[in-house]
Parts: sequence; C-alpha cells; structure tokens
Amino acid sequence: MLDFFLGHYAYWFTIILLAIGLYGMLLKKNLVKKTIGLSIFQAGVILFFVSVAMKDGATVPVKADGLPVSEVANYMNALPHTLMLTAIVVGVATLGVAFALLINIYNRYGTLNEEELLDKIQ
Amino acid sequence: MIGSEIPALIPVTYILFAILIPVIGLWKREITWHLSLLGTGIATVFSAWGLIHLIQTGETIRYFFGGWMPPVGIEFVYDGLAAFIVLVINTIAFLVLIHSREISKVEFPGKKMAYYTVSMLLMLGFNGMVLTGDLFNLYVFLEISSLSSYALIAIGEKRAPYSAFRYLIIGTVGGSLYLLGVGFLYTVTGTLNIIDMHAMLPQVIGHSSVIAALILMVVGVGVKAALFPLHGWLPDSYTFASSTSSALIAPIGTKVAAYILLRIVLFLFGVELIDAELPITAIIGTFAGIGILYGSIMAIAQSELKKMLAYSSVSQIGYIIMGISLANPFGFIGAVLHILNHAMMKALLFLVSGSLRLKEGHSLITKFDNSYRKKYPWTMAAFTTAAISMVGLPPLAGFFSKWYLALGTIDNSNWILLAIILISSLLNAVYFFRILEKVYLNNPETEPTEDLESASPQNNEVSFSMMFPMAVLGLGLLIVGIFNVYIVNIIFTMFPAGF
Repeated sequence: MLDFFLGHYAYWFTIILLAIGLYGMLLKKNLVKKTIGLSIFQAGVILFFVSVAMKDGATVPVKADGLPVSEVANYMNALPHTLMLTAIVVGVATLGVAFALLINIYNRYGTLNEEELLDKIQ
Repeated sequence: MIGSEIPALIPVTYILFAILIPVIGLWKREITWHLSLLGTGIATVFSAWGLIHLIQTGETIRYFFGGWMPPVGIEFVYDGLAAFIVLVINTIAFLVLIHSREISKVEFPGKKMAYYTVSMLLMLGFNGMVLTGDLFNLYVFLEISSLSSYALIAIGEKRAPYSAFRYLIIGTVGGSLYLLGVGFLYTVTGTLNIIDMHAMLPQVIGHSSVIAALILMVVGVGVKAALFPLHGWLPDSYTFASSTSSALIAPIGTKVAAYILLRIVLFLFGVELIDAELPITAIIGTFAGIGILYGSIMAIAQSELKKMLAYSSVSQIGYIIMGISLANPFGFIGAVLHILNHAMMKALLFLVSGSLRLKEGHSLITKFDNSYRKKYPWTMAAFTTAAISMVGLPPLAGFFSKWYLALGTIDNSNWILLAIILISSLLNAVYFFRILEKVYLNNPETEPTEDLESASPQNNEVSFSMMFPMAVLGLGLLIVGIFNVYIVNIIFTMFPAGF
C-alpha cells in the first residue's frame, strides 16, 4: 500500500495540482484568483506529461562521441517535453487573453469580485 | 498537381490573411472587410474544388508537412468527411462575413481591423481542427480557435467581457482535460497520429488508462461542443456577443467540436472498440437526449431571440451527438447531415436576429408584432424558412436529418431516443410558431383601425449586403432539402472502416 503511494508520487502530485486548480476556479470569488487556479490546472497537465517522459539514469537524445551510450533504451524520450513547450505557449496565450478580459471587466465595473460583479450586472 | 496540396492550402490562406489584414488595415482601414471576404472566399473555392476532386478520384489525400512521414511528422488528412465539413464551415463563414459589414459599423466601429483579423484566426483554428491527423496538433488548433472565440465574444454588449471570461475558464479546463487524455493515450501507444493509434488501440483497449483517456477526451471536447451538462457557458456567450460574432461562432464552433467527437468515437476508437470496456455511446446518447429536451424547454422560456437561439443550439447539438452515439450508418448520416443543416439554419436565424437588432435596436420576442411582416417582408420570410426547417417539416433540410436520426434509433431499437426526437420537434414548433404567430397573425387587441391604417409602417428592409447571405441560406435550405439524396450519397462514401 505504501509502495503504491510512494511509487506513484509524481501522479499524486499531478492530481493534487489539478485539484488545487479546480478549487481555485470553482470556489474563489476573485476573478484574478480564478485565473491563477486556471494556470495551476494547466501546469498540472504539463507536469504530468513531463513526469511521464522521465526515465531514471537516461541521457539526452543526442548521438555524440561525448555521450557514450550504445543502448537506445538509455536515451530519454524528448517528444513529450517538446510538446509541452507548445502547451506552455498556449497557456501563456490563454493567460494573456484572460488578463485582457479582466482589464476590460475592471474598467467597466470597477470590481473583480464575482459577487459584486453579478450585483452590478443585474 | 495542385490537388494534393489542397489540405495545406486552406489553413495557409487563413494564416496569410490573418497577417495581411492588420498590415494593410493600418494603411487603409476600410478594406479590411473586403480582405476578410477575399480570404474566406479563396478558402471556400479551395474546399469546394477539393471536395469535387475527392469525389472524382475517390482517394484520401494525406499531406505530410515538410515531407516527414506520419509517426514522426504531422499530417493533414483530407478524406471525404473532412472535405465536407471544411466546405460547410468555410461557406457559412463567407456568408456571415458578407452580412457583417453593416453590423460592424454600428456594433464595433473602432475595432473592425481587430475583428476581421481574429475571425481569420478563428477560421484557421476550425479548419486545422478538422483537417489535422495528429492528436496534439488538434489540441493546438483547438486552443487557437478557442482563444479567438473568447476575443470575438468579448466584442459585444456591456456584459460580453464577463461571459467571455467565464467561457475562457470553462473552455480552458475542457482543453486541458482533452490534453490530459491525449497524454494517457500517448503513454500507452507511443504515437499521436490518429491512424497509427487506431491500429494500436485494439491491443491496449483493456488498459484502464485508455478508458480514462476516452472519458477525459469526450468530456474535454464535450465542453466545446456544449454537450448537455457542460453547456453552461453557451447561452450567455452567444447572447451578449456582437450579432455577427454569435452568427460566426454559433453555427460553426459547436459543429466542429461535435465533428471532433465523431472522429474520436468512430474513427480513433472505432465502432467495434468503442463499447468494449465501457458503454460510452449509451452514456453520450443519454446526455444528448437530456440535452435535446432541456435545450428545447429552456428555449421556450426565453423572451429574447438570441438567447432562445442559444438554448436551441444546446438542443440541436444534442441531435448531432445522439447520431454519433447511435454508432450505426443511419445515425452517422443523420449526424453529418445535421451538421450541414443546422449550420445553415442557425447561421440564418442569427443573421435574422442581427438584422433585426440593427434595424430595431433589440431582438425581444415580446415586442414582435404584425407590423414586422410589412417592415421586413423578406427578413421574415427567411426567418420562417429557417424556423420551419428547424421544426422539421419537409421539404426543408431539417426534416431529412431528423428522418435519418429516427431511422437510426429504430435500427438500434432505442425507442426512448425516438420519442425524444418526436417530442423535441413539437417543442421546437412551440417556440418558433409563437414568433410566427406574432408576426403573421393579426393581434385582436390591436385590430387595425383607420388611424393605424394610415400610419401603416413602411417597408424598411435591410440592405442588399445583408439580404444576400440570408437569401442564399434560405434557398440553400430548400435546395439541400430537395436534393438531399445526392448529399446522402456523398455521405455514404465517408463511413469509417468497420461500418
């Protein structure tokens, strides 16, 4: 049982991050905090990919004389990492759009608290 | 030969115009509308030409970017289904953008250049999602289209930025869940290519992470498609966005997401595998059925035309997803045909509401009366065509997709879904005919007296650039309805393997 928890600690970490992100988005009233929750949620997914691609004792996937690796299995899989670079860029773009919307909302209503905002909208 | 380059040419056109419009727009702001029309027009011609080419040769075009073969490189797959959907979305976007000229002057006068640039990016995302044959690439295009749709929705009424922000939160969670699902599938199969993965899935289907991946991907794409419990963002977004934004996003956005769901369920997992470990089609079908009824009932309760149309979208997307969940040929035909029909009907209805908002300043159903039929005879005729088609009366297009869906439910002996189709048609009739009744029947309380006759409203019809797309869509509904046999014959060639 303990092995199950310790052996999968990277996955538990991902799950905790996703849970924190969801908590922030669902329960926080401040829209900026919701955005932070969103960012944590995305980071959880990104770290999941990175942890999946991790391999103990393996090296970078470059064939060179300086790296004396003959077994292909000793190379790390670089693809998930490169994919996550794209996902990080997507996340940054999402944050940019979110903050632009928040500035717009603040200029119109003068508040970023969701309850006050809903009152003013009514 | 240009034929094999078609799948790459369509997205490239949009990238080109997304760069061209701001550059030229800085110099001459007036021609951004013309440029956006040129862009969508070129893409529409390419996609029409590509579909004809595909029907003649019957070969799926697989375009490898940079010459890298699939397991390593990214490919675009241009098969019959993708060609069909691409043609539908580009044509609808072209017509909606024609209509947007007058509205853009009133609703967002200073933001024209930004609006058309972002709409080009939106179309790039949609076309890329349809064409790509790579699951991660699909995620990237999904986010491109999502980010542009947040921006387009935020251009609108006072409440628009807040509804766009809510959509951003929900939509990004959906996208992230989809990405997590892709990650699960990648860890077990080691590939991201849909065709490759389809070949490998039978060996790993019992694996619990594959089932988790299927659920995550269906939920993630279901958010974008507004599948019933995940539709919360849709009504506000469509209602408060500018008229032309909702006319652009409503007919196309949810359709593309439904198409992705169709790809995942029927092409990636395949008909034999899909229910192997978990009755996923039954679950999707149940939610779609509830969504159809819920959307129709909520639409009856609305007093604002755009909000009613938004709820009706929730209901109509249910038909498409129900067709997918039936997983038989009739359901497939019904779903694909309904993607076409509903895209046309919803575009037409949102264009009518946009025209009314431009002329009247509102689109409240309670203020509709019989003066409208004199003021806007042709707009109301277009509305009537779309409404009758939505209800599903032959010979208009809407009848035939419902007919095939009904045949599909009979084929599966799923009587509950058959009953839902029939009941929801009646509910559709309730919420559309109450508008038609207000417009076409004389209200006894305001029986025309001598005074009213003399002050009878003049014909105040919208201009040609707004009338033209509505007329094309209205006639299109009739033509698609009458010649649906030919379209169904084309759809017959699109079945995934295993049907």
